[in-house]
Amino acid sequence: MSAALHQEAGSTLELSGIQAGYGDFQALFGVSLRVEPGEAVGVVGPNGAGKTTLLRAISGLIRPRAGTLRYGGQDLTAVPPHMLPGMGIAHVPENRRLFPHLTVEENLKVGAFTKAARARFEQRREHVFELFPRMKQRRHQLAGTMSGGEQQMCAIGRALMSGPRILLLDEPSAGLAPLVVQQVFELVRRIRQEGLTVLIVEQNVAQVLRVVDRAYVLETGRVAAEGRSAELAADPAIRRSYLGGH
Amino acid sequence: MDPFFLEALVNGILLGGVFALPALGLNLVFGVVDVVWLCYAELVMVGMYAVWFLHTQAGWPLWLAFAACLPVVALLGLLLHLLVVRPLLNSPPINQVLATGGVLFVLQGAATLVFSTEFRSLGVDMPPMEVGEVFVSGTKLAAFVAALTGAGILWAFLKFTYVGTAIRAIARDREVMPLMGVDPQRIYLIASAVGGALAGLAACLLVVQLDVHPFVGLSFGPITFMICVMGGLGNMLGGFLAAFLMGLIISVGGFWGTTEFSYVVAFAFFILVMFLRPKGLFAR
Amino acid sequence: MTGTFLGALVLAALAAVPLLSPPDYLMHLLITALLTALAGTGWAMMGRFGLVSFGHGAFLGVAAYTMALLWNEAGLTPWLGIPIGMAVAVAAGVLLGYPAFRLRVVGHYFALVTLAAGEIVRILIVALREHTGGSLGMTPAKAPDGGAFLAMQFDKAGFWWIALLAWAGGLVAWRMLDRSMSSKALAAIAEDEDAAASIGIRVTAEKLKVTVISVALAALAGALTAQYRQYLNPESLAGLGISLQIVFGAIAGGMYVPFGPTIGALITIGLEEGLRIFFGTELTGAAPLVYGLLLVLFMLYLPRGIAGLFERRAKRSPAAKPAPVTA
Repeated sequence: MSAALHQEAGSTLELSGIQAGYGDFQALFGVSLRVEPGEAVGVVGPNGAGKTTLLRAISGLIRPRAGTLRYGGQDLTAVPPHMLPGMGIAHVPENRRLFPHLTVEENLKVGAFTKAARARFEQRREHVFELFPRMKQRRHQLAGTMSGGEQQMCAIGRALMSGPRILLLDEPSAGLAPLVVQQVFELVRRIRQEGLTVLIVEQNVAQVLRVVDRAYVLETGRVAAEGRSAELAADPAIRRSYLGGH
Repeated sequence: MDPFFLEALVNGILLGGVFALPALGLNLVFGVVDVVWLCYAELVMVGMYAVWFLHTQAGWPLWLAFAACLPVVALLGLLLHLLVVRPLLNSPPINQVLATGGVLFVLQGAATLVFSTEFRSLGVDMPPMEVGEVFVSGTKLAAFVAALTGAGILWAFLKFTYVGTAIRAIARDREVMPLMGVDPQRIYLIASAVGGALAGLAACLLVVQLDVHPFVGLSFGPITFMICVMGGLGNMLGGFLAAFLMGLIISVGGFWGTTEFSYVVAFAFFILVMFLRPKGLFAR
Repeated sequence: MTGTFLGALVLAALAAVPLLSPPDYLMHLLITALLTALAGTGWAMMGRFGLVSFGHGAFLGVAAYTMALLWNEAGLTPWLGIPIGMAVAVAAGVLLGYPAFRLRVVGHYFALVTLAAGEIVRILIVALREHTGGSLGMTPAKAPDGGAFLAMQFDKAGFWWIALLAWAGGLVAWRMLDRSMSSKALAAIAEDEDAAASIGIRVTAEKLKVTVISVALAALAGALTAQYRQYLNPESLAGLGISLQIVFGAIAGGMYVPFGPTIGALITIGLEEGLRIFFGTELTGAAPLVYGLLLVLFMLYLPRGIAGLFERRAKRSPAAKPAPVTA
């Protein structure tokens, strides 16, 4: 079943000394990070720490000014961004960015645009419907008319349609009600169990630390701390800053 | 009902069908590439010359000339994108529009040089048909059917293919497309070629109804732009409906007054619509 | 002050041109260039603030036909006919501009609304063929003996002076606008209309002001052109073709400096004549081909026009960058 969803065995995603920004504004000051195949890694930190910029740099929406960015030994900065889904890297962007005027199924279809993905469209769609039965009910509904949680599921489903080995998730819990946040993280956990590598960027530190193996704490564009989830969750400084004290 | 008035209504709908194709093409290109092709009617003009030349000068059968016209104009659309639009994608919109306006002059000038300003007629006509009390020109009816068929094929392409779905998606959110594995530049090229092919199809339908000359684009170009804007730039369904509305206004206006009067009414209606609904009649 | 003095000196020198008794053909080209420059200057008054009109040809036509019809059918001298024609054109411009600005018709939409308006005028001229001669055009009635002055029917020298004065008037209007607060307000509007409105700039009023000036200059150019040629036809005084030619001239010369449109007029006239001389009349089609090509090349490689070559970076006024247009 999981073979239907994604290709076997991923590669290591490795960032080192990444600097990036927009115009005169620099958001990342030498970030280094590593995601091993099958791992789930979180990047947490306050608003404006550069989390979204980090993901955008990985998927080539902005180009780093310095540093190296490799996936399985291949230099990603030399790859045009639209080639990444074909290499097994899928990115669920901030604010989901669904196509609101297309139906759920059409959104999935756009997600399966690459040649290799088209061949397995129906198989993967069924798998996405299995993961998110709600999507099956709403397959002919316009994506823009769904609730925030449903839209997030649709966005994740759309990313899964390309058959990724690693999934980049940008703030999947943003703007969702607490109960829905729980559901979304539950889904992330299930996707993980199927063997998918996950890199997730979140402000909701408490929740994300329960899902990931390791995490990096990003502050004003620099890695301020890193470690296993349990260690970070126990770290008094982290607890004070991100987990509401105690 | 007065049969002549009924005839005006029927003719208006038929005329709308012919306007609909270039409106669809223009909207498709605008929706995807975000650039107004000011020379769109001149692409149609080139297509009309292509059919005329292949049929009357080179002696090709008409259907073959029609079949050749589509890829010729599609290629022209591709070249327009590659040579003029693509280098200007990051320029202010007005520079883009003016550059395509330059192409308008280039095509007019080239047509004048090659074919002179003489009016060229294809010289084919189909007998009028009588439907109930109404006489309908066979050529116009055939053109209408062909236009609807073309629009139908376009709709199916946009609705059912991967590329078509991506085209509809890109019109809303350009930046996110690479994350879907879509190369926007490639989609721009495809949209430009399809936009050109639609101009080619429009040329086939117009060349049987109008004489060709280098400035023939000016006779239907402006109204095509107005139709697109009225329907909401980039909104293909809106443009499609607006084409019929304009066709009816012109035809019925011509029934009550002169043809010129009907065009004045149509254009004034357009300006009024712009004032009342600045983003188009069917803006969401 | 030295600027004003220098300007007056140049004007005086130009005014003396007919005294050198240049060939008629040269005078003809110079007069045509001045009037084209005036139309381009008028267009650029709006264009440089992001108000791109594809219908300015219509304002030429409204003024020219008003003037000519008043002369032919009511015997009213063009000396009065021209200001009346200008007033009618300005009224038409305001009639179109006020709702357009008020209702925020901007960018592509504004350009296409003006295109429609231009077409309406062209078609109206054709439709009113009983009076205007339709697409065949019309000629102003010949002046009775001794009435040449009243009929404004002069020789080349006379028209040179009139055209020169009108052209200089256009430049003065440009300069006055640049020195006023309006130019700063308009630059702010071109940059970001909402932001401009939020700091108290009266967007509609400012846009209307510049529209009035722009239309008045174009209208004057149209009336004088018709009067000089003693011939009017809808294609050369209204419609998309002439409108785009005006735009081309202004763009080619450069619409961000006062002399830009004048340079552009010299280019367009020079080009047209040059092509005619070198290729003969049977290749008239080559003229649009060449300047269409130039327009494309200008957009690709020199979007600020010829004048852009001479601008120094530091001297660029805030208005002097291509205005962003939202659609």
